[in-house]
Amino acid sequence: MALVLTEEQSMLRDSARGLISDKAPVSHLRSLRDAKDPTGFSKEFWHSFAEMGFAGLLVPEEFGGSGLGFMEAGVVMEEIGRTLMPSPFLATSVIAASALNRGGNAAQKSEYLPKISNGSLLATLAIDEGAKHRPLQISLQAVRAGNGFKLSGAKALVVDGHVADLFIVAARTAGSAGERDGLTLFLVNPKAKGVAIERTIMVDAHNAARIELANVEVNADNVLGEVDQGATLLDGVLDIGRGAVASEMVGLSEEVFNRTVEYLKNRKQFGKLIGEFQALQHRAAELYVDIEITRAATMKALQALDADVAKATSAVAVAKARAGTTATRAVQEGVQMHGGMGMTDQFDIGFFMKRARVCEELFGDANYHTAQLAKARGY
Amino acid sequence: MSESENADLEQFRSETRAWLEANCPPEMRKPATSDTDVFWGGRNAKFASEPQRIWFERMRDKGWTVPDWPKEYGGGGLSAAEHKVLRSEMAKMGARPPLSSFGIWMLGPALLKYGNEAQKKEHLPKIAAGLIRWCQGYSEPNAGSDLASLQTRAESDGNDFVITGSKIWTSYANYADWIFCLVRTDPTAKKHDGISFILFDMTSKGVTTKPILLISGYSPFCETFFDGVRVPKSHVVGTVNRGWDVAKYLLQHERAMISGMGERGVGRPLGQIAADSVGTDAQGKLDDAMLRGQIATFDVDEAALAACAERAVDLAKAGQAHPAFSSAMKYYGTELNKRRYEILMSAGGVDALEWESERSRQGARPRAWLRTKANSIEGGTSEVMLGIVAKRILDLPGA
Ligand SMILES: Cc1cc2nc3c(=O)[nH]c(=O)nc-3n(C[C@H](O)[C@H](O)[C@H](O)COP(=O)(O)OP(=O)(O)OC[C@H]3O[C@@H](n4cnc5c(N)ncnc54)[C@H](O)[C@@H]3O)c2cc1C
Repeated sequence: MALVLTEEQSMLRDSARGLISDKAPVSHLRSLRDAKDPTGFSKEFWHSFAEMGFAGLLVPEEFGGSGLGFMEAGVVMEEIGRTLMPSPFLATSVIAASALNRGGNAAQKSEYLPKISNGSLLATLAIDEGAKHRPLQISLQAVRAGNGFKLSGAKALVVDGHVADLFIVAARTAGSAGERDGLTLFLVNPKAKGVAIERTIMVDAHNAARIELANVEVNADNVLGEVDQGATLLDGVLDIGRGAVASEMVGLSEEVFNRTVEYLKNRKQFGKLIGEFQALQHRAAELYVDIEITRAATMKALQALDADVAKATSAVAVAKARAGTTATRAVQEGVQMHGGMGMTDQFDIGFFMKRARVCEELFGDANYHTAQLAKARGY
Repeated sequence: MSESENADLEQFRSETRAWLEANCPPEMRKPATSDTDVFWGGRNAKFASEPQRIWFERMRDKGWTVPDWPKEYGGGGLSAAEHKVLRSEMAKMGARPPLSSFGIWMLGPALLKYGNEAQKKEHLPKIAAGLIRWCQGYSEPNAGSDLASLQTRAESDGNDFVITGSKIWTSYANYADWIFCLVRTDPTAKKHDGISFILFDMTSKGVTTKPILLISGYSPFCETFFDGVRVPKSHVVGTVNRGWDVAKYLLQHERAMISGMGERGVGRPLGQIAADSVGTDAQGKLDDAMLRGQIATFDVDEAALAACAERAVDLAKAGQAHPAFSSAMKYYGTELNKRRYEILMSAGGVDALEWESERSRQGARPRAWLRTKANSIEGGTSEVMLGIVAKRILDLPGA
């Protein structure tokens, strides 16, 4: 498989780019932030996005989606990264859709997937409990009760948690924190009794929440996949999410880089353009190379996911690790090379820095994935 | 790609794999251990071993010393897609290249693009068959990074040029049969406009070489002197005084080649090598957390670079490649290879310090470590590569 976009993928990119840059440039995020918008994204825009087929991009055609692959999802994520558009695409269309599609039974699929496709249902995965991403360190308990389970515990950084219509909650049905066995995924209604949701206003002005479950009752139909055997399903879904976030970070890095290079070509000091200073030229060139390499690694990961999710782990680890390092460098150089302008809220660059920090923590930072690769390689 | 093309390619893959399995001797399925273990061809070539000879001859007979060159010039006539398949199948089994040569990496591509038919017929098949070993006469004592300021002159005399001057850092000049050389044919023209690209035999009257000893203890290159060397004008490649175009095109190939140096994807993984000498803790992790981190970061970057190298080929095939992209790859690949050897030295500890002993294979590791330091100098320094990226790709201002 060639590591270049096909004609169809380029067309998808162009249409996503046109729509997003037109309707949701960085100023869109800024105004939602400034207005402390209760939803945190534009519902109206989300519906037009869904009408164009983006919401159901990964949903099979039989459930009303377009049945496309992770490469295509990555193409859209990259465009989202360019304008930092806040949207339910990652949580709902990529992660939840993949969880339901891969782990759901026939009834669950036909209930939820069509609604994801038409943009009417927002869903999200609730996984992390501690400050750092450690997917096996789950202690939220699910104890059997009658025909179902009772869930108790807390989750942090639940993306879109305060607006979601459906939570996919990773819980422990056996074993203890750190173990692979004994994890189970549950579909939980956020309106159920015992669910407490706190919207956490985050540094990047995107949506997230902490949630607390106190004896929340779910019945057996709400188990996604198999009881106690959720780790494998979770691995795949998380890897899909990581590939998508890496794509967002590629888009974000490239955008902040392009803006920085433009600035180097226009800002004058000491009677010349600052882009004439070799010290800055070389740093810009290094960053360019970093971004190109990261883009290739991310495409490789998405192709690996499309070929076989279960075998994509190392490629995904490489991509997410590289994307984290590169995005961090890109936003730091972006602020630095803009000088004082880079530090002002009035200027957009800071928005990229904030989003990069959040993307870095989402589903494992560069250190986490670098260590995962070492483990996979046996040293 | 259409379905039938895909099917053809899959068939080519399985045939290739089977052929390689049957024909690549086991000894040739691991990386060369030293420079003398590499087959360079040439008039005075000697094989280091019987398996080396067998492997070379079999590959040569298929045209696979230069798989993607046209068959009429001794190549394998493979399409870009087939070439990719062959390379990946060779990489999978760790098969080493049967022939290493500046003719293959640098001169060949330049001749294919700029050579006339007579030059192609004369030189390409000999390169493919490993009959002539080439060296590169670019750098001069006062023209390194600033290559176009070169002074070696070629004066017209009837049908010949008479060449006088000297070159430096000419790799393997003392073993080479022929040289591809940049000479100044018009001293009055602007810097880049008076240079020609010319080929001549190193046994010509007036050519002498003097080896230079390096920090690695080897002397793989020379000072090269030309004292009134007579060369027919028909040996100029491309147009007289327009040699800079040929030179630059060749440099792109040289840079791509150098960026691919280092044993990417072959040989034992760094983490295993380190575990052998450093040991592991109770959880099986390398018993040096910082080193483990360095290796893992290296592995991430290496895997990402490999993807980028693959993408560079795919972009070229799709006609979307930037001509200066080889500079980006050269910069990153060489810096990464230096990192690899710093890690290898660190992992080896005291054992990696031995210089002259049987146990150390005459200091193979420290010598290789020192050799990698040249990667970011030869073929254009890292600073020069970054300058090219800044100006040609990013279009930043200033000459
Ligand atoms: C192992 C090896 C093999 C070689 N083989 C050959 C060969 O076969 N044939 C051949 O012709 N040549 C060969 N070379 C020569 C090689 O191409 C030159 O060494 C190289 O181009 C650098 O030139 P220089 O050594 O004159 O360094 P200089 O140009 O003097 O550079 C010195 C330092 O200044 C920096 N510098 C120079 N200009 C700039 C600038 N504009 N901006 C920022 N920094 C700058 C350089 O990056 C470097 O760090 C070989 C070199 C090595 C090390």
